[in-house]
Amino acid sequence: MLNFTIRRLLLSIPTLLFISLVIFLLLQLAPGDPMAQVPLTVPPEVKQKMREALGLGAPIHVQYLKWLYQFFVVEPSVFIDHLTSNSFLFGWLPDTQLSMTTDPVTGAMVETQRVISWQTRSPVMDIVIQRMPQTLWVVGLSYVVGILIAIPIGIYSAYRHYSLFDQAGTFVTMVGFSIPPFFTGPLLIVIFSVTLGWLPSIYDTTLVVDSWATFKIQLMQMIMPVMVLALQTTAQISRYMRSAMLDNLNQDYVRTARAKGLSESVVVMVHVLRNSMIPVVTIIALGMPAIFGGAIITENVFKVNGIGQLLLTALFANDLPMVMTLTFIFAILIVLFNLIADILYGVLDPRIRYD
Amino acid sequence: MTEQAIPASPIEADLEIYGALVDKEPSRPPRSQWRDVWDQFRKHKGALFGGGFLLFVTLAVLLGPYLWTIEPTKLDIRNKDWRPIYTLLWDADAKAGWLHPFGTDQLGRDILAQMIYGGRVSMAVGWSAMILSLFIGTAIGVAAGYFKRADFLLMRFTDLVLSLPILPLTLLAVTLFRQPLTAAFGSPEAGMFILIVSVIALTSWMQTARIVRGDILALKEREFILAARSIGSTSGKIIRRHLLPNVISPIMVSATLGLATAIITESALSFLGVGFPSDFPTWGKLLSDAVVRMQEYPERVLLPGILISLTVLSVNYLGDGLRDALDPRIRGR
Repeated sequence: MLNFTIRRLLLSIPTLLFISLVIFLLLQLAPGDPMAQVPLTVPPEVKQKMREALGLGAPIHVQYLKWLYQFFVVEPSVFIDHLTSNSFLFGWLPDTQLSMTTDPVTGAMVETQRVISWQTRSPVMDIVIQRMPQTLWVVGLSYVVGILIAIPIGIYSAYRHYSLFDQAGTFVTMVGFSIPPFFTGPLLIVIFSVTLGWLPSIYDTTLVVDSWATFKIQLMQMIMPVMVLALQTTAQISRYMRSAMLDNLNQDYVRTARAKGLSESVVVMVHVLRNSMIPVVTIIALGMPAIFGGAIITENVFKVNGIGQLLLTALFANDLPMVMTLTFIFAILIVLFNLIADILYGVLDPRIRYD
Repeated sequence: MTEQAIPASPIEADLEIYGALVDKEPSRPPRSQWRDVWDQFRKHKGALFGGGFLLFVTLAVLLGPYLWTIEPTKLDIRNKDWRPIYTLLWDADAKAGWLHPFGTDQLGRDILAQMIYGGRVSMAVGWSAMILSLFIGTAIGVAAGYFKRADFLLMRFTDLVLSLPILPLTLLAVTLFRQPLTAAFGSPEAGMFILIVSVIALTSWMQTARIVRGDILALKEREFILAARSIGSTSGKIIRRHLLPNVISPIMVSATLGLATAIITESALSFLGVGFPSDFPTWGKLLSDAVVRMQEYPERVLLPGILISLTVLSVNYLGDGLRDALDPRIRGR
């Protein structure tokens, strides 16, 4: 298993390099000038200087290698520095100052050049870290809610195969599959914000949760985006859960378990469920990065200023370093969770051996 | 059992039991495969409904402009903000009427006409992206399954594309290549159409390729392929005459999935404002334009949204029914 994990980890390096190359080339091939918004009164030679300051003059391969270096060396070292100097967990370690370099002219310690957003002129990673909590809260919570709803539905509709509940459940999952989030979002807003006036239609990120009242407001504003995303998750996972349970319910070991006098609840909830969870757990792992992508639309509908919305605004503002970094973060998530799913499958199912 | 059970000279009773053995011809006329498929398909109510609705929508968007002759882009500012006809049921004073059964928007454009034209675009994008993606997926799947040398490379490539973040990349490609393609094809609509179709197709062929490859790998080892090879059929002929007809059913099932994804992706792009130009109606665009006036005119969000959802739902049900009908193990149960 360890052998397999190491092999897969090594294999994911060329995958990530390929993906980063695809994204980079896509951005390079595309027209669109980051200097387009600079006023016409700025003289051309100053514009040229600004271009060079953004690193636009260098040949393509130099730009690519520089970006790789900054993403894989500089950003992690900044993160380590942050951990050793400020964080509670590792603050007791001596300050590392990995990201500091000595300035060749003055000899003083200065920060190395990081990936800079053309939009805000601040390091890309700082903005990403600012936006991360909103996405994690809304998207993460919706995923958990979706799974918690999906698994009981899947179990019960498989156990009562072809019953009314099963047919209703299949219909609801089919509907959840088919209704896109850019329709469920406005639909929920029309019903719950416009007609009934129960819930706020816009997610207020500036809200500080410090009392019971603000907690209630936070809860209210999270309900709709979480439900929109959870509907998609529920639809997908309950289908997998149902078919996995159906596969297992007809197996010989289930008959054996019943024959030796185990109660029905033990047979279904322990014997069958544990075996059916194997494919479902891997599906859950595989779906995690996809939910980040799907959240672009939902975040846009409810004005949650998370990562998806950041990507969209960066795209419209021609902020290529930001777009590149974000897309690559999504790619890393996909590769990482593919790996986790593969390993989980091997760990959970002893019949599967990769070596 | 059969050897001993049949006596040398059968008496009348035995003839009745083993009647089938002495029949000169089959008692029932032979049934073609597609008749069986249709009979199984008919049993699936959802699929029947789905197929019917898809047919209805396709016909409606194709023939609609001849029946409903109002131009979708015609501005009629005096008759702006009409409500749909059903508003009259509870509010007799509402601005509504048979002149514009679905109402008009804030510039007085007829919503029914916009829906018909928008549906044309959405369905055209959906069908062409689906066909293109099936074509790519089948070609790569067949090549990987049939030619051993290509297998490793093609499947690694498929894995790589599968781990690309699809929606961000689609957004990226559509925003970045909008201008040059518009310039290259003359009109913004044509450029956008080609761009969206190819982007959707290029990011959705992987599942088809995997399924087709798996089936081809299994079929390749069967005797009939060996027989075909032994009489000297070329690879191209074997693929066209013997392999492709046998993988038609998984391809058809993934076609329905592809159509659903393509329609949703196109609407999502239009919704996010990176799709077709602003005066060009598509279902996603109608929906996103209506979101800002959602409080006063919720029906403008609901109508296109319901249409998109119903179309996708019916395509999904159609796929479900096709899967059951085309699987010979399930058929006849």
